[in-house]
Amino acid sequence: MTVGEVGAPRRRSEDARLITGRTRWTDNITPAGTLHVAFLRSPYAHARITRVDTAQARRRPGVVAALSGSDLVDEQGVLPCAWVVTEDMKHPDHPPMAVREVRYAGEPVACVIARDRYAAVDALEDIDIDYEPLPAVVDMEAALAEGADLVHADLGTNKSYTWVFEQGDVDAALRDAPVLLERRYVQQRLIPTAMEPRSVLCVPEGEEFTLYSATQIPHILRLMLATVTAIPEHRIRVVAPDVGGGFGSKLQVYGEEVLALLLARRLGRPVKWTESRSEGNMTVHHGRDQIQRLTLAAERDGRIRGVKVDLLADMGAYLMLVTPGIPLLGAFMFNGIYKMDAYSFTCSGVFTTKTPTDAYRGAGRPEATFAIERLMDELAAEVGLDPIEVRRRNWIRHEEFPYETIAGLTYDSGNYEAATDRALELFEYDKLRAEQAERRARRDPVQLGIGVSTFTEMCGIAPSRVLGSLSYGAGGWEHAAVRVLPSGKVEVVTGTSPHGQGHATAWAQITADRLGVPFEDVKVLHGDTAISPKGMDTYGSRSLAVGGVALYSACDKVVDKARRVAAHLLEAAEQDLEFSGGRFSVRGVREEGRTLQEVALAAFAAHDLPEGIEPSLDSDATFDPENFSFPHGTHLCAAEVDTETGMVRLRKYVAVDDVGKVINPLIVEGQVHGGLAQGIAQALYEEAVYDADGNLTTTTMADYLVPSAADLPHFDTDRTETPATSNPLGVKGVGEAGTIASTPAVVNAIVDALRPYGVDDVPMPCTPERVWRAVRDGSVPEPEPDRDEPGAGGGLGSAGGAR
Amino acid sequence: MPRIRVEVDGATYEDDVEPRLLLVHYLRDRLGKVGTPVGCDTSNCGSCTVLMDGMSVKSCSVLAVQADGHDVTTVEGIGLDGSGHPMQRAFHEEHALQCGYCTPGMIMASIDLLRENADPSEEEIRDGLEGNLCRCTGYQNIVRAVRRAAAEMRAPAEREATP
Repeated sequence: MTVGEVGAPRRRSEDARLITGRTRWTDNITPAGTLHVAFLRSPYAHARITRVDTAQARRRPGVVAALSGSDLVDEQGVLPCAWVVTEDMKHPDHPPMAVREVRYAGEPVACVIARDRYAAVDALEDIDIDYEPLPAVVDMEAALAEGADLVHADLGTNKSYTWVFEQGDVDAALRDAPVLLERRYVQQRLIPTAMEPRSVLCVPEGEEFTLYSATQIPHILRLMLATVTAIPEHRIRVVAPDVGGGFGSKLQVYGEEVLALLLARRLGRPVKWTESRSEGNMTVHHGRDQIQRLTLAAERDGRIRGVKVDLLADMGAYLMLVTPGIPLLGAFMFNGIYKMDAYSFTCSGVFTTKTPTDAYRGAGRPEATFAIERLMDELAAEVGLDPIEVRRRNWIRHEEFPYETIAGLTYDSGNYEAATDRALELFEYDKLRAEQAERRARRDPVQLGIGVSTFTEMCGIAPSRVLGSLSYGAGGWEHAAVRVLPSGKVEVVTGTSPHGQGHATAWAQITADRLGVPFEDVKVLHGDTAISPKGMDTYGSRSLAVGGVALYSACDKVVDKARRVAAHLLEAAEQDLEFSGGRFSVRGVREEGRTLQEVALAAFAAHDLPEGIEPSLDSDATFDPENFSFPHGTHLCAAEVDTETGMVRLRKYVAVDDVGKVINPLIVEGQVHGGLAQGIAQALYEEAVYDADGNLTTTTMADYLVPSAADLPHFDTDRTETPATSNPLGVKGVGEAGTIASTPAVVNAIVDALRPYGVDDVPMPCTPERVWRAVRDGSVPEPEPDRDEPGAGGGLGSAGGAR
Repeated sequence: MPRIRVEVDGATYEDDVEPRLLLVHYLRDRLGKVGTPVGCDTSNCGSCTVLMDGMSVKSCSVLAVQADGHDVTTVEGIGLDGSGHPMQRAFHEEHALQCGYCTPGMIMASIDLLRENADPSEEEIRDGLEGNLCRCTGYQNIVRAVRRAAAEMRAPAEREATP
């Protein structure tokens, strides 16, 4: 066995075309005769559509068709929700294009199809629509009150479901608890903001359709398009060409994708739609948006008795692909890395007249991790312990793994002590604590705060059995195929669908090691249902921990097949062969041997194969893990907080992550960096803001503050390595860890800086204004649904950066 | 319709264009230069950054008619000697891209940054690239890449490789 590729910081093979502009984004593909679609979208959060007139738009030069929802009502079907979380979940119909009523600003109501995008957009002005406005429903708590205005009148309620999980006696744990913390935290609504806007192109060929889309899920999308439109699945091919980021936002079946397919069928020509950013901010599904009511009971010495969680989760106007299940992915994570005797989780999904929510990097786990890690810092303050010490008293010790948690998961492995010790060392914790004490003593207007986050998360989604028990609509296995070509070059087909993660490189590294072939001889194919017919796609940090393991198994099958052929060629017994460096040889007789390439050619020629052997080494495998993977780590953040201006400057950020065995440390580090940026952005900058009428006021990048290089600090990263025991590679996921860990680390740092001022919370995003108000008020400013509350909307609220 | 004459990546084009046509749409839809992508509609993201007469512009904020008589360089027009522009190589070496959507703009803006300041500090790079957004990398490796390219481009032996 060749060793060396796995674990090496291999530069990515994807880069060559990306740094030269030789890219294949969906919007770059324009077959001859392509028509362009523009959508007219609702300016109201909630309204009845009383009249649509597209006649004048149709008459404009260059316009081929103009259609409203009524024109498509017989064929457009309803968009799918694949996660029915309770038997009585309220699940309203969601038409791809609104027909009678609109329920969020930005919902499509009509479209123009024209020869170019300028002509299509121009013609939208000639569509005449009459609306009868209905009341907007913008606040979750008000939405559940008696007599509230309804998003879906026919449902009779704004509550979609209530889902409960209980373990142990939480009431007993809370009763007479020496320490009882009650907190209300708001996970603000976020916009995922992949740099590539959504784009879809559908090319009809007779009764067959090839749909190119900026999607994370070509396989799921294909099945869902067939289900929604009744076009047979084998007549639809879905291609995810180069995809420019997703972060969960492209884990969706969007109305525009369904409509592109239907319009291509109707018009018999290629049809393309690419969103503008402002259009996308209103219509790409949003993330987070929870109100968390939390109770933590503990002993005086800081040991946790139990945790009670009561959530309201904003679904938005409709349930999309996995909308209702997202907060439930957090249900198993509010206990974090800690031991306790009782846990109770209740979540209600609430409809509002806002853009639907769904998966965004972390999906349920960042919210849970934020809650428990903020509570741990609160607990430390309450009982007068260092936040590290209070965690040590509660966390699962490394010798206790595997450990069954109060939430019913089995953490297979971990070493929280090792990661924390390393982080403390890198951070120079004691030195910074000393500086903090010194600044407090001299009442420095710029205070120093230290935030701790010792997180874990469940990822590598997931065991099909577990997903089934949660009523998820699909399994969680993954598929890989390895094709050894006659020349000995290797094609790897994966069912994962990368959109920036670097699978083409990492998968080639795994293959090169397992087969003993040069890295350069491996090509990775993905993202096209015609090439990669089986797969469950990329989300939930699952690609390596599930798909990479499938590839590992497929490679081993290739070697097993090749061994039989090689034994035949060498006239030796299979058990006498060893395979090393891509070459079979008879044990003890190194000079007699056959390379894998020679065996592949012999298998191809098939002139002299052993009985019962097919003329090919090609193999495939699926992997369905028995457990999730549980990356963990310790993140420490030092924040300087100006008590006079509210400015926050992140002075130091240390992240020590344990993601198990690592295939490519360069890629892992990059994933951590990017994750940190998004988690820090939630803490400091980003918020999707709606006004009282349900208008999104953060539709542009000028208003929704995706941080720039100037807004982020330098990160010091390191790793500890505790292999996962749930897969033969020992790998865990890394895609979401940084995002999950960093948000509470930052907010804990800000609160820690301001604790002498009587501050025990600052609502996110912690803009200068909010920090300043927290200092002024000397207590928690209750994050009321009041729309005058300073938000990120408007842009200047958090301007200036954290660096 | 006004007629424009533009040099793009070394070739000359003459076209009649609508006055409102954006340079980025002219590049992508008329010339097929799709290496330059569009990331927003408010000139915040910088994905569409190109060089006009050697200076960086966001091509979504320039009309095609404003490019009349000018020399436009896109990411497709640099590093054509076979080994790539030092900035392209540095982005690869330092893993300064993931999905790669912001990369063309980030590379072009970085080249312009070094034109103004051949040896920028980390802070100067971060401030200099404030107009270019990346959602994948957290910027740390982009900063590294720009420093690496700067060092290479300052070295006399490497001078010939720069445009």
